[in-house]
Amino acid sequence: MKLKKGIPVIDQGNKLGFWGGKFGGNFVPETLKKPIEDLEVLFNKLKKDKKFIQERDKYFKNWIGVPTRFIKLENLSRHVGGAQIWSKVVSDANGGAHKVYNATVHCLLAKRSGKKVIIGDTGAGYAGKMLSMAAKKFGLKCKIFMGAKDIARQQPNVKAMKKNGAEVVPVYSGSQTLVDAVSECMRFWVANCDTTAMCVGSTVGPAVFVRICGWSTSQISRELKVQLIDEFGSIPKKLKLYNCVGGGSSSFGFWNEFMDYDKKQCEFIGIEAGGPAKSKKHAAPLTYGSKIGILHGAAQYVNQNSDGQIEETESISAGLDYPGISPLHCFLKDTKRARYTAASDEQALEAYKLVTRFEKLRPSLEPSHAFAVAISESKKLSKDTIVVVNSCGDAYKDRGILEKRLGKKYVKSN
Amino acid sequence: MLNPISIAFKKAKQENRPALLTYTVAGDSSKKQSLRILKSISKNADILELGVPHNTPVADGSQIQTSAYRAIKNGIKVNDIFKIVKDFKKFDKNKPVILMGYYNMIFQYGENKFLNKCKLSGVNGLIIVDLPWPENKNFAKKCKKKSIYFIQLLSPTTTKIRLKKIIKDSHPMNYFISMLSTTGGKLKVSPNDILKNYSKIKRIDPKKEIVIGFGITEKTIGKLRPADGLVVGSAICKEISRSLKHRQNPVTNVSKLVKKLKSKIL
Repeated sequence: MKLKKGIPVIDQGNKLGFWGGKFGGNFVPETLKKPIEDLEVLFNKLKKDKKFIQERDKYFKNWIGVPTRFIKLENLSRHVGGAQIWSKVVSDANGGAHKVYNATVHCLLAKRSGKKVIIGDTGAGYAGKMLSMAAKKFGLKCKIFMGAKDIARQQPNVKAMKKNGAEVVPVYSGSQTLVDAVSECMRFWVANCDTTAMCVGSTVGPAVFVRICGWSTSQISRELKVQLIDEFGSIPKKLKLYNCVGGGSSSFGFWNEFMDYDKKQCEFIGIEAGGPAKSKKHAAPLTYGSKIGILHGAAQYVNQNSDGQIEETESISAGLDYPGISPLHCFLKDTKRARYTAASDEQALEAYKLVTRFEKLRPSLEPSHAFAVAISESKKLSKDTIVVVNSCGDAYKDRGILEKRLGKKYVKSN
Repeated sequence: MLNPISIAFKKAKQENRPALLTYTVAGDSSKKQSLRILKSISKNADILELGVPHNTPVADGSQIQTSAYRAIKNGIKVNDIFKIVKDFKKFDKNKPVILMGYYNMIFQYGENKFLNKCKLSGVNGLIIVDLPWPENKNFAKKCKKKSIYFIQLLSPTTTKIRLKKIIKDSHPMNYFISMLSTTGGKLKVSPNDILKNYSKIKRIDPKKEIVIGFGITEKTIGKLRPADGLVVGSAICKEISRSLKHRQNPVTNVSKLVKKLKSKIL
């Protein structure tokens, strides 16, 4: 299995949509074959269309507010005492997380295809919040599927979705988290694909959804590349990019433009959710060597039992609480371009405490996982190493959990 | 030897009626009950579809999901399913059995090993919901070698060109999904329109048997009589759930329901 240079990773799949010949594909019911093919034709055409790119860039700039900041975390770096720790503050984006890029692109595609309704899944609620925001902006009706457990633990985002006029559909099946929300959303699409567009909230699902999402979030690394050159004159000799990985949309977007650099110069570190330290359950299929299987239309490493039943996950962070992982990341793992590890719930909370103690930055529980590993590895790294952590979401949505786990002061003081 | 599935269609044709296909989830409500249900309905059903329960079923509505989760909760494993089929075949060896499920279950078991077990236990056909054409070409060939029918799904969204290609590659039986829906949805298309679509498909190759499924109940089954076969699934799963809720015997209730369904197409 080999990563090709000079070709975007999203376009490195084979004719049937498999990366590395085995990750991804289209394991979908017959009913979805046609709508998926239609979406593929549309996307392949529009991603080469200059006018469409201009339109996308216009909304990214004027509505999402790109570029997001690239800042040095001086105090944190001094405290840790190793590498220079920087952050790409993607949570600056309109709505507070990277999910807005994919949501915007899907709404633009839905408009072009003449669909009046758009549906989407959500875990942490950011994908749903952004889709409801974008749908409102572009005049589409919006329906969001969300696990009942996630609805309870991510109330601020649920409120935001409703405020934007979206219908939030609670999903009570299975573990009542993201995995069930994606299933229910796909079911709804099976029954309504003639009138409805579907947005998959991450770089997961049938191949075209993986590609659209990766194409959309790559905005992050396009900006970062310019910002790095502005700051350092060139791409630093020792650069390490840390990002949390649930489905894998923010990390893929954070790394994409650096894909062709040697990994000795530019290393990618993906951090999965290890779950509670005392629990055997986790949401880290790459770290803990889960077997390849099929989930939501794509072949990927996925937590499952020997029979092929998908296993329940556990994580403090709803956004990472997913048993599978993007086929793109399976591909990056097996080609050894990226390295994957996990942080536990407790490590993420500690990292959140540390970051908020030293910096005016409030990463949500998802990027707090990335900070946990970045901080611990930075201690051993040289001063000329540039560590960049993607702070891809804002902790506002986690107020309830943070207050319960850390006490009021960590919510109020920030 | 002719596959018992084809014999079942022949027999139904001789009686001038569509074949009745039932769908129950293997292991619902338990391994034993599931076998008892099969035995009790085999008198009236022509072909028995047995669902391989999966916990992330992207094409199933709430009734079949409920049955699947119940079966999994009660401990059903793939090997138990083969055991149920084998035991059933000891009871009625000529009744065709089709397994229906999601590809991950087969992928984890291993395609070849799965097909060997199908052969050994007496499975006559397979429907894999999320392994569409052309992705299924290779696996369908393997099925053919074992004289197991790989049943292609056709949908109202399948384009004409695609229909032709799929049917050309298909085995003697195909499955037409009546409408845009997950299993068990309310019939939102008139039976007449469904039959119009059915005829279009049938005309491509009249020799291939086409069954219609999704949304078929006691109320609608009679109106779809002209088809080669009709599948009832969610309505049966619903009856099992209803029986359990009212502490009644699902075996006798399901048996009664299937008898009623049969009477509507005679």
